[in-house]
Amino acid sequence: MEFLVASAIGILTAGGLYLVLRLRTFPVILGISLLTYAVNVFLFASGRLTVGAPPILRDGVQAYSDPLPQALVLTAIVISFGMTAVVVMIGLGAYLGSDDDHVDDRTGPDEDASEGSS
Amino acid sequence: MSLFFIVALPFFGALLPGLMNAAGRSATAGVTFTVSLAAFIGLLTNLPTVLAGEVVTARVDWMPVLGLNFSLMLDGLGFFFAMLILGIGLLIIAYARHYLSRDDNMGQFFTYLLLFQGAMVGIVLSDNILLLLVFWELTSLSSFLLIGYWKHLPEGRQGARMALTVTGMGGLAMIGGMLILGQIAGSYDLSVILQNRDLIQADPLYVPALILILLGCFTKSAQFPFHFWLPHAMAAPTPVSAYLHSATMVKAGIFLMARMWPVLSGTPEWVMIVTTAGLVTMVLGAVIALFKHDLKALLAFSTVSHLGLITMLLGTGTAFGAMAAMFHILNHATFKAALFMSAGIIDHEAHTRDIRRLGGLRTLMPVTFVVATLAALSMAGIPLLNGFLSKEMMLEEANHTVLFGSAWLVPVMATVGSLFSAAYCFRLIGHVFLGPVRDDYPAKPHDPGPGLWLPPALLVVLVVVIGVAPFLAEPFVKLVTASVLGEAAEVPKAYFKIWHGLVPALYMSIIAVVGGLALLAIFKPSLRLWETTPRPEAKVIFEAIVEAAAALAQKLILPLHNGAFTRYASIGAIVIVAAGYHAWVTGTVGQATRDIQPAGPVPIAGWVMLVAATVGMVFLHRNRFLSLILIGIVGLMVSVAFVFFSAPDLAMTQFTVEVVTIILLLLALNFLPNATPIESSVLRRVRDTSVAVVGGLAAFALSFHYMLRDAVSTPISEFHLANSYKGGGGTNVVNVILVDFRGFDTYGEIIVLGIAALLIYALTETLLGGPVRARLLNRKPDQPRAGDKHPMMMVVLTRVIMPVVLMVGFYIFLRGHNEPGGGFIAGLVVSIGVVMQYMASGFGWTSARLKYPYHGVIGAGVLIAGLTGIGSWFVGKPFLTSDFTYVRIPPFQEFELATAALFDLGVFLAVVGAVMLSLESFSRLARLASGPEEDEHPMDIDPSRDDVKEGV
Repeated sequence: MEFLVASAIGILTAGGLYLVLRLRTFPVILGISLLTYAVNVFLFASGRLTVGAPPILRDGVQAYSDPLPQALVLTAIVISFGMTAVVVMIGLGAYLGSDDDHVDDRTGPDEDASEGSS
Repeated sequence: MSLFFIVALPFFGALLPGLMNAAGRSATAGVTFTVSLAAFIGLLTNLPTVLAGEVVTARVDWMPVLGLNFSLMLDGLGFFFAMLILGIGLLIIAYARHYLSRDDNMGQFFTYLLLFQGAMVGIVLSDNILLLLVFWELTSLSSFLLIGYWKHLPEGRQGARMALTVTGMGGLAMIGGMLILGQIAGSYDLSVILQNRDLIQADPLYVPALILILLGCFTKSAQFPFHFWLPHAMAAPTPVSAYLHSATMVKAGIFLMARMWPVLSGTPEWVMIVTTAGLVTMVLGAVIALFKHDLKALLAFSTVSHLGLITMLLGTGTAFGAMAAMFHILNHATFKAALFMSAGIIDHEAHTRDIRRLGGLRTLMPVTFVVATLAALSMAGIPLLNGFLSKEMMLEEANHTVLFGSAWLVPVMATVGSLFSAAYCFRLIGHVFLGPVRDDYPAKPHDPGPGLWLPPALLVVLVVVIGVAPFLAEPFVKLVTASVLGEAAEVPKAYFKIWHGLVPALYMSIIAVVGGLALLAIFKPSLRLWETTPRPEAKVIFEAIVEAAAALAQKLILPLHNGAFTRYASIGAIVIVAAGYHAWVTGTVGQATRDIQPAGPVPIAGWVMLVAATVGMVFLHRNRFLSLILIGIVGLMVSVAFVFFSAPDLAMTQFTVEVVTIILLLLALNFLPNATPIESSVLRRVRDTSVAVVGGLAAFALSFHYMLRDAVSTPISEFHLANSYKGGGGTNVVNVILVDFRGFDTYGEIIVLGIAALLIYALTETLLGGPVRARLLNRKPDQPRAGDKHPMMMVVLTRVIMPVVLMVGFYIFLRGHNEPGGGFIAGLVVSIGVVMQYMASGFGWTSARLKYPYHGVIGAGVLIAGLTGIGSWFVGKPFLTSDFTYVRIPPFQEFELATAALFDLGVFLAVVGAVMLSLESFSRLARLASGPEEDEHPMDIDPSRDDVKEGV
C-alpha cells in the first residue's frame, strides 16, 4: 500500500510538473492543482498510513491515526482553493486584458527560439 | 499624565483626522489640534517633577529576552525636545489649516502629521535604544509621506524618495551601531548605557559603534556629506518644511548626539569627526544659502548651516559647548520655524518664492515684514534677539577649540560661517522686503489673515523675550544641559547675558555682521563669480549612485528573471531535486522500521483510476473541458484515499473543495479559449518531460522511504490525542486541533482566505473598471448558448435541495467537535448550496435575494473568531483559550457548550464569505459579457433558442 501511495504522489508530481511547464495559463493552473494534490497527500502521509482508525476518540479504542497532519492538511486544502482562485483570476485578467494567455513574458531580450510560438 | 499616553496619543489620534475629513476642514484641523494639545498638556503635568531634577519613567516589558522593553523616560533633555515637538506642532497645525487649499486632502495630511509627531515624541522619550530605533525608522517613513504629500509634483516625489533613501540608510547603519553599543554595555536600556562611559570608551568596538551611530545622526540631521537631501525635501508643503526642518526631524540626529553625549563624547575620534563635520556643514551651508534664489531653498541651506553649528558645539566635547548647543537648538527652533512660516505666507500671497521676483513687500505686507525681519535679524546674530546670545556662546566656544593641532582653524571658520550667515539674513530682508515696490508680482501680495501670521508671530515674541531677558531662559537651558551632561561633567557657571564685555567673541560677531553687510553690497559680482564656478551637484551624484546600484541589480537579476515563468519553474524544480539528492547522498539513511501493508483490490482500483486520470490529463490537456473532468476524477480519488486512510474530515473537505474548484474553473473557461494550441517544439517537450520525470521520481522515492520509517523523535500527536477530550472537550481530535490546540493558526488561515477572496474581488473591480470592460461588452460567446437559460428541472431541484443542504451544513457544523465535520466543511457545503441557486436561476435573481454582502460575512467571521479569542483575556487566560461545559435542558439529552463552537462559527462564516465572494466575482464578469438583461424570474425560456439551433 505504501508503494501505491508513494507512486501516486510521484505520478501526480510528475504530471503536475509537466503541466506547470506548459506555455498557456490554463494547463499551468491545472498543473498547480495536481502539485497541490501531491503535496497534500505527501503531508498527510507524514502521519504514516493507517487503515480503519480515524482520530475520533472512542471508549476502549487505543490506536488512532495521527491527527496532526490531518488538521494541517485540512486547512491546506481550503487555503489552496483560495490560492487557485486568485491564480485563475490573475490568469483570466491577463487574458482578457491582452487576448493572450501565455505565461511567459515573450518580449524578453534573450528569448529562446524554441520557446516562441510555432 | 503617564508617558505612555503622551506617546500613544498622537498615534491613536492619527485615526481621527481621516474620519473627520467629511466634517470639513476646520473640524479636521480642530481634532488634530485637540489631540496635540492633550499630549502637550499631558507633558506639562510632568513639568514639576522634571524641574525638581527627577526623571519620570514608565516601563512595560515587551520582549525581555531580546532586551526590547517598552520603557520611556522623561528628563530635562527629553522634556525640552518633546516640548518643541508638541508646542511647535500646535502652531503648525493652526498654520496648516489656513495654508492648505481646498484641493488638498486635509485628513490625510493631518494623519501623516500626527504619525510623525508620535514617532518624534517616541524618539525623545525612549529609554530603550531598540525602541528608539523603532521610532527612528517611523519618523523616516512618516516624513516620507509628508514630504511627498503633494503627489502630483515630481519634485515632491523625488525629494521624498531621496530623504527616505538617505535617512533610511543612516538608520540601518545606526541599528548596527546601537546593537554593538548594547552588546558592550550588556543592556539596551539607555539609563544603563549612560552609566557605562568608561567601559564603552575602552572597548575595541567603540570606534565602529561611534561611526555607525554618527552615520545615523548625520544623515538625519543633514550633516556634510549627507546634507543634500534636506533642500530637496523643500518640495513639501511649507507647514511640513517648517515642522520637520526647523524643529523636529532634523533635530532628531542632534538629539541623539546629545543623548549619547555622556558615553560617546570626549574621545579624540568624537571631537575629530563631529567637530569637523559640523564645521564644514556650517560654512558650506551658509555659503550656498547666500546664492539661493528660492526663499525656501535659502532657508533650507541655512538650516543645514545651523545644524552644523549645533553639531560642532556638541563635537567640542566641553560642558560649555553642550550648553551653547542646547540654547541654540531652542533659539533656532523659534526663529527658523517663524521664518519658514513667513516664507510660506509670501508664497501663498505673492504666488512665488523666487527672491529675484520679490522686493518691496515692506509696505504691502507690513505684518509679515515685521515677523520675518525680527526672525531673520535674530538668525543674523543682532543683539537683543535670541540668536545673538547663542551665536556669541558658539564663537566663545570656537575660540577655545583646537582642531588638527591648530588653534585658529575653528575660530576663523566659525567667523566665516557667521559672516555668510549674516549676509544671507540681510539678503532675505533686503531683497524681499526692502527696495521699491514692483508691479510684476504674480499675484498682488497683501497680509494674510491672522490664522497664518499669528503662529509665526507668537514665535517671534519668544525670540524677542529671550533676546532681551536671557535670564528667563537660563534656568531651563541649564536644566536641559544638566541632563545632557549626566554625570560626565558639571554644568558651567557662566551666566546668560547680553553684554560680556570686550571679549574676542564680540569682535568676531562685529566682523561677521559688518562683513555680512559688505558682502551683500557686492552681491551681484559675487553671484556672477559663484555661478561661473564649477561645483559638484549633489543631486546628480546621488542619482548617479542610485542608477549605478539599480544597473548592477538588474545585471544580477535579469539573467535569472527574464520573464519566462516556465524557466523559473524548471530551474526551481531541478534545484529542489538536486538539493534533496545532495542530502540523500551525504546523509545516512536509517533502516526501514515499518512493514509494507498489503493492498487489497479497492486501493488498487482507486490507484488505477487516479493514475489513469493523471496520465490522461498530461496527454489530453489541450482539450480543456476534458482535462477538467479528469482533474475531477483525480480529486475524487484523493478524497477516497483520505476516507480509506482514516481521515474522514479530510475526505469531506477535499470533496467539497473539489466541487467549488471545478465550478470556478468552469466559470474561467467561459472566457478562456477551450483548447490549448500545440506550440512547443518536440525538443522542449522532451526537456519538460525529463524535468517532470526526475521530479516525480524524487517525490516518489522520498515519500516511499519515509512512510516505511517511524519518526526520529516522538510526534507531539500523542499529546493531542490524550488531551483532546480532557482539555478541549471534543472527541474529534482533528477538529479540536483546528479550533483549540492550534486555533491561532486557524485564525490566521481564515484571514488569509478572506484576503484571497478580497483580492479576487479587487481584481474583478479593476477589470470591470478598465479597458477590459469594453471587450467584455463586445464579446460574442464562442459556443452556442443553451436555449434554456434556467432549466426548469434544475431550478426546482435546487430549490428543493436548498433547505436540505442548509440543514446538512448545520448538522455537520454542530457535530464537528465530536464527529467528522466542523466549520470548514459546513462552510463549503453551505456555499455549494448557494452556488447552486446562482447556477439555476442566474446572478441577478439570486443576488437580489441576498441580504448580506459577502465582504461583511468574511468580516463577521474573522471578527467572531477574534472576539472569541479575546474573550479568554477577561478570565485571565491567554488568547484563544477555550472552555466548555455540559448542560441539560429537558427534554433534550445532555449536550455540550464550548467556546470553540463559537470560534468554529467564525471559521464557518469566513469560509462561506470567501468562497462565495470569489465565485461571485467570476460570475460578475460573465454577467457583464452576457448582456444587459436581468434575470428577473427564477426560470425562463430563452426565445432565441430556435435561432441558435438553426445556426448550428
